[in-house]
Amino acid sequence: MSSIIKLDNIIKKFYIGQPNELEILHGISLEVEEGEFVSIVGPSGSGKSTLMNMIGVLDRPTSGEYILDGINVGKADDSELSKIRNQKIGFVFQTYNLISKTNALKNVELPMLYAGIEKAERIKRAKELLELVEMGDRAKHLPEELSGGQKQRVAIARAMANDPAIILADEPTGALDSKTGRLVMDLFHKLNKEKNKTIVLITHSNELASETDRIISIRDGVITDIKDNRNERNENIIKNGGIITNVIEEKKNEEGGSDK
Amino acid sequence: MLLWENITLAINSLLSNKMRALLTMLGIIIGIGSVIAIITVGDSLTLSVSENMQAMGANDVYVMVKARSQEDEYSDIDGIKYGAISNESEITEDDYLTDEMLKEMCERFKDKIYAVNVQHSVGVGQVDLNNNTSNVNIYGVTAGYFITNEITLLGGHMFSQNDFKDGKNTAIVSDRLVNNLFNGEVSKAVGSEIEVKNSKNQMVNYTIVGVYEYQNNYMMGMMASGDKITTDLYIPLKSASNFGHDDIKYPYAQIITKVGVDSDDLASRLKDFFGPYYNTNRKCEITSFTMGSMVSMLTEMLSTITLAISIVAGIALIVGGIGVMNIMLVSVTERTREIGTRKALGAKNSSIRTQFIVEAMIICLIGGIIGVILGIIGGIIASNLLGYPAKPSVPGIIISLVFSMSIGVFFGYYPANKAAKMNPIDALRYE
Repeated sequence: MSSIIKLDNIIKKFYIGQPNELEILHGISLEVEEGEFVSIVGPSGSGKSTLMNMIGVLDRPTSGEYILDGINVGKADDSELSKIRNQKIGFVFQTYNLISKTNALKNVELPMLYAGIEKAERIKRAKELLELVEMGDRAKHLPEELSGGQKQRVAIARAMANDPAIILADEPTGALDSKTGRLVMDLFHKLNKEKNKTIVLITHSNELASETDRIISIRDGVITDIKDNRNERNENIIKNGGIITNVIEEKKNEEGGSDK
Repeated sequence: MLLWENITLAINSLLSNKMRALLTMLGIIIGIGSVIAIITVGDSLTLSVSENMQAMGANDVYVMVKARSQEDEYSDIDGIKYGAISNESEITEDDYLTDEMLKEMCERFKDKIYAVNVQHSVGVGQVDLNNNTSNVNIYGVTAGYFITNEITLLGGHMFSQNDFKDGKNTAIVSDRLVNNLFNGEVSKAVGSEIEVKNSKNQMVNYTIVGVYEYQNNYMMGMMASGDKITTDLYIPLKSASNFGHDDIKYPYAQIITKVGVDSDDLASRLKDFFGPYYNTNRKCEITSFTMGSMVSMLTEMLSTITLAISIVAGIALIVGGIGVMNIMLVSVTERTREIGTRKALGAKNSSIRTQFIVEAMIICLIGGIIGVILGIIGGIIASNLLGYPAKPSVPGIIISLVFSMSIGVFFGYYPANKAAKMNPIDALRYE
């Protein structure tokens, strides 16, 4: 498998040239392969948000190279960055960030609108995506009329709109109760497995992270640990215990051990 | 490509904040509304007035006796300027144009003057018949009078040539007078003899030869109504001497020019001609003008008024535009997170900018449309009150709408650009 995200010695400084110059990321190198479900964990102030902004092409690194799906992001101008975000990245936010007063369908259409896809095609695809996240019957509902979990599912459908190279999810279950959070996580697993989507999950929860293929721990702007779960996941689940892992366990049993 | 989406988005955003949108539009509504109203009134006024004046004969030259301007009334004695010597500057009959002057004028300009039309006001009077009275203004007129002052005869006939020539005691009266004195029976009135009394109680018998239809004048209608109304009674000019006006003089003369005569030129020549007669007259002087020049003067005056109101409206529009800018800045701040989200989803800076400019434009356009509607309504009401047919100006409406949209673009650009330039990370983090 080819690597879809390739970070090479990324350094990010703020207030450059000022007395309060601050270096947040001290040279991060990371590769994520296509179809991988990785999580980035770290406490507040560890630099994981900054790293997420780098991966999400919302910000440029001060130095270092970032290649996303074969595109050298560091050399792109603002307009090209917009295009990369539009085509290559699907954002899922903790606070959903659906556009208010705009119904679910139109929210899902939005990235396609910016991509210049014509109306009929947009609507068709948006409906398919809402069906995929089991929100087909809520297409005409406004965000205000949806529950948190429903909103997040619409947001995930929106993230999938332009069939991006990666889905970047920033604490997607942070504002949800554990049960709806579970459903959202299941949706990510489904997209990962069925659609072979590369997913980068940013979280401070070790429990959620443990569900993913690889856990990248970050602290004080450096990667402190990369843990490959693919072989020892089952073992972890038993060791950690707790509600979420229990649910996973149950789900796994229901699915008849379809896990790798 | 995104235009239609932007328009629906803008309308949705306005609908979700109706009160705010309306208040924001207020300045635009007032500005555009007042411009449209004044243009509507001005246009219909100009149109009707110039039509009226054309009908009266735009090429006719009027020569008129008027009071000297105030400055001339100061007497200069030993280099000291004293105030006006007296207030006797009221023009009396002695100052009016005489027959001799007019004869001399016709002689001098005979290749240019087709006819001279004068009107002699005998003054107010009364018509008595069988203990009924009716108030009249008595006018001695010449044949030309009815050419330029159209009247519609309901019965009888015009004065004959002989009436004018011999100064016969014939009269043309209004239907109102007939209503009053003859119970509205026109046929009975024609041929009847009436007693006409002037303000000095001189009484002369006249025979009615014609009855004309009284044109209801709005202003006059306000002052008097029904039978009490004072109407015009016309008698041949020469018969005016019956009322003790032997040496008939005229406050003004209407000169009908021959075809192809430059009436403005004639007007200034006539002024020069009459100058010597009034050189020694301290109270009054001669002025001359054509209806055409009156029309252009009136048009000029109206356009000055229009300009003045437009300036006020322009200020209202600028204030309104600043209001729009203000509310757009609020809107941008409120929607910072939305802007961040849109940017994360791949909106280019230009898309964000367009979105907010379109929103500002829509606010101004809707305000403009409301303003145009209110302005037309106001203009129609005002025109009707003035008694003229309203005529909304289509170019005025189009220009107003385009202008209001330009205000949207102009005052929307800064907030829109602020939104477009937002850093997506900060915008997403905005609480």
